[in-house]
Amino acid sequence: MVNADSPLATPKVEVRGLEVSYRGVPVLRDVSLDVHRGEILGIIGPAKSGKSTFLKCINRTIELIPGARVRGRISIDGENVARMRSVHTLRRRIGMVFPLPVGLPLSIYDNVAYAPRMAGIRSKAELNETVERCLDQAALWDEVKDRLHHLGTKLSGGQQQRLTIARALSHKPEILCLDEFSIAVDPVTTMKIEDQLLVLKDRLTIILVTNLVQQARRLADRTAFFNAGELVEVDSNDVIFSERPARQETYDYVHGIFG
Amino acid sequence: MEEMGFRETSVGRNSRLAETLAQGALFVISLCLIVPLAFVLLYLIHKALPALGWEFFTENPRDGMRAGGIWAPMIGTLFVVGISLLVSAPIGVLAAVYLNEYARDNWLTRIINLAVVNLAGVPSIVHALFGVGAFVYAARMGRSVLAASCTLAIMTLPVIIASTREALRAVPMAFREACWNVGASRWQTIRTIVLPNSISGILTGVILQVSRAAGETAPIMFTGVVFFTSVNIYRLDRQFSALSMHLFQISQNVPGVPEAVPYATAVVLLSLVLAVNALSIAFRVYLRSRKRW
Amino acid sequence: MSRASREGRTDWRLLLEKAIEGLIFVSGISAILFVFSIFLFILLEGRGFFLTEFRFGEFFFSTEWVPEAAGKNRFGTLALVAGSAAVALLSMSIAVPFGLGAAVFLSEFCTPRIKETLKIVIELLAAIPSVVWGFIGITLINDSIQRATGVSPGTNILNGSIVLALMAVPIIVSIGEDALRAVPDSFREAALALGATRWQITYRVLFPAAKNGLLAAVLLGVGRAIGETIAVLMCTGHAVIMPFDGKFPYFHPLESARTLTATIAAEMGEAARDSSHYQALFVLGLMLFGITFVINLTADLAVRGIRKR
Repeated sequence: MVNADSPLATPKVEVRGLEVSYRGVPVLRDVSLDVHRGEILGIIGPAKSGKSTFLKCINRTIELIPGARVRGRISIDGENVARMRSVHTLRRRIGMVFPLPVGLPLSIYDNVAYAPRMAGIRSKAELNETVERCLDQAALWDEVKDRLHHLGTKLSGGQQQRLTIARALSHKPEILCLDEFSIAVDPVTTMKIEDQLLVLKDRLTIILVTNLVQQARRLADRTAFFNAGELVEVDSNDVIFSERPARQETYDYVHGIFG
Repeated sequence: MEEMGFRETSVGRNSRLAETLAQGALFVISLCLIVPLAFVLLYLIHKALPALGWEFFTENPRDGMRAGGIWAPMIGTLFVVGISLLVSAPIGVLAAVYLNEYARDNWLTRIINLAVVNLAGVPSIVHALFGVGAFVYAARMGRSVLAASCTLAIMTLPVIIASTREALRAVPMAFREACWNVGASRWQTIRTIVLPNSISGILTGVILQVSRAAGETAPIMFTGVVFFTSVNIYRLDRQFSALSMHLFQISQNVPGVPEAVPYATAVVLLSLVLAVNALSIAFRVYLRSRKRW
Repeated sequence: MSRASREGRTDWRLLLEKAIEGLIFVSGISAILFVFSIFLFILLEGRGFFLTEFRFGEFFFSTEWVPEAAGKNRFGTLALVAGSAAVALLSMSIAVPFGLGAAVFLSEFCTPRIKETLKIVIELLAAIPSVVWGFIGITLINDSIQRATGVSPGTNILNGSIVLALMAVPIIVSIGEDALRAVPDSFREAALALGATRWQITYRVLFPAAKNGLLAAVLLGVGRAIGETIAVLMCTGHAVIMPFDGKFPYFHPLESARTLTATIAAEMGEAARDSSHYQALFVLGLMLFGITFVINLTADLAVRGIRKR
C-alpha cells in the first residue's frame, strides 16, 4: 500500500470542473477525475460524448480549435497545465495517438526523429537510438528496419498507426493518450499494439479512449464512462464491468443496451 | 395484357433536337477560340521571318530601331522582371503563410482578404500612377529599373498571394495536427512540413507571374522605361528599354522601320511569355506524378 | 530525461522564431498597406486639381477634354467615361456569349481529353500580353475591319472591343467553369432522372443555380475591360468623341473613341509635373480606382457565395 504522503500518491493527472464548449455549444460539462500514476485508464462512451475533446484539453491542443472555450483546471503532477511556461514542452510530455493513422510525408526515420529534432536534439547517435527504440516499442522495428528511408506515407494503415505510436513515444512522454486507435486498423495490428501497451504501462501512464468496450475491459485498470459530455462514472474495472456499477446508465452501455 | 413499350413523343424529339443543336453550337463556339488563335500566331510568325536572325537577338537597336536588334530591350525586360519577382515573391509567400496558417476568422482577416482582391483589380495604368508618385518621386528612385521593378512587384503581389494560398491549402490539415501534437510550434511545422510540401505549387504561381510581368507595358511606362536607349543598359538606377515598350513604339510611331521588325519583336515577346507559361503547365503536370502522399 | 533538457531549444532560436513570425504578420497586412498607399499617393499627386481647376458640373458632364489650352482648360470627362463604357459594353456583348458558351461546353459537354486541351489553350490565351493584343489589333484586325467596312483607318471602338473580348474571354471561361462545377452533381442527377437532356439541365437547372458565380465571371470580365490600357490605347483611335449621340444609330462603333485608361497613358508623357493637366490625370486615375474597386468588390461578394457551398 502506498504511503499517502509520498509523491507517488498524488495522481498523475487531476481534472477539476472541466467545461468545454464549441462556439457556444457545450461539449463537456463539469468533468472531474483523477488519473493514477502508472495505470491504464480506459474511457468509454457513445459517439459525441466528449471523449476526444477531453484528451485535447490535457495537451492543450483544444486551443488550436477556433471557437473552443475551456474552463476548469487540469494539473499534471500538481502543476496547472494552463500556467506552464511552454505549451510545446507540455505537449512533449504527452504522447497522442489519433483514430486515423497519419504518416508525415518524410522518411520513416525522419518521422520518428521529428519530435526530438524539433526539441533541439542534433546528435546522430541519440537520434538513431531513439528511432530504433520507439519503433521497437511500437512493434514496427522488425518490419521496417531495412527501409527506414522509405516514405512514411506509403506504409499500410496498420503500419502507419504503429508509426504514429512510435512518433508519440519519440519525445519520451510521461503520459500516453490513445483516441480510438484501432478504428482504422486491422485486428492483427490491434493485437500487437494492445500487447505493447501492457508492456509500456510500466513506464507510462496511459489514457485509452475507445469505442470498443471489450478493449477497455481487457487492458484498463480503471474505466471512466462518458455520456453526452458528462462523466457518468469512473471506477476500477471490477466495478464498472460488474453486474452492479454505481449507475444504471453504465450497466446499460456496457451491456450494449444503448450506444 | 398489351406490352407497354416506350413511344417517343414530339416533346422528346424536340428536346433531343435542341440538345444536338446546343452541343454543336457550343463546340463551334469553343472552336472559335482556338482556330483564330492558331491562325493569328501563324500569321505573325510568317510576317516576322525576314527579320528573325542571330543579329536580331544579339545586337542593340541602331538608328532609332531602323536597324540592329533587340538586345538592350531583352536585357531590360530580364532585369526589371527579375528584380520585381525578387521583391514580390517573398512578401507574397509570407503574406499567404500568414493568411493560411496564422490568421483567425476575425475582421482583420476579412479586411486583408478584401485588400488582396482589390489590389488584384487595380488597372495597370493606375499602378503606373502610383509608381510615379511613390517610387519615382517620394522614394527618390527617379525613373529607373528600380522604380519600375517596384511598381511591377506591387502588381504581381496579389496573384502570388492567391496562388500560394492554394498551394498551402493543398497540404492536409492532418499533417499539421500531427506536428503540433508532438510539440512542434506553428513556425516549425510550417518550415519543416507545410512549405517543403507546397513549394512546387508556389513556384508554379511565381513562374506565371514572371510571364505576366514580362509582357506588361503600362506600369513601366512612366516609371523608367524609354523607347530608345543603348547606353547604361546594365545599370539599375537608370532608365531602360524593354521588349513590351519596344513593341509598343515601333508598331506605331516610328517611320522607316522594315515591316518585319515589329512582327519579329511581337513574336519574340509572345514566344517568351508562352514558353514560360508552358513551362509552368508542364511543371504542374510533373508535380502531380510526384505526390508524396 | 530531465525536464530541463526537454526545454531543448535555445533562447536565441526562440527569439529568431518570434522575429520570423513578426515578419509574417507584417507581410500579411502588407496588402492593406499597399491598397491604402495607392489611394494615398494618387490623391497626393492630384490634390492640386481639386483646389484649382475642379468644377463639378464640367468635370462629370462636359464632353470637352481640353487640358492644354492656355487659360481655357476644360476638364470634362463625359466623353472619356462614355468611351470606356462603350468599349466595355461592346466587348462584353461579344465575350460573354463566347465565354459562357465555352464554360458550359467545358463543364457539361466535352470529353476529358478535349477538356484538358481546351483548358491549356485558354490559359495560353490569358497569358498573351496586352501590347501583343494591341499589335494584333492594329495589324490583323485593322486590315479586316477596313476590308469589311471600308472605314479607314480601322482603329475604332469595334477594333478595341474585339481585342478586349479576346482578352476577357479566358477570365469568363475559367470563373464561369468554376461556378458551374460548384453546382452539386445531385442537381444534375435529379434532372437526368426526370428525363432532361444535358442542354435542358444546363439552362433550366445549372444557370439558375450558378447565377452568382456566372455574374461574378461577367463582372470580372467587365473590370478587365474597363481597366485595360495598352490594348485600347493602340486600337481605339485617339479622337475624344462621344460614341453615343443623337444621330442614328445612336451608337457609333466605327468611330474612334478615348477611354479613361488610354487618356492617362497617352497624355502623361506630355504633362509637366504639378501642372493642372498632370494633376487632372491623377484624378482620372482616382476615378478608375474607384470604379474598379466597386466592380471587384461586387464580383468578390458573388464569388464568396459559390465558394461557401
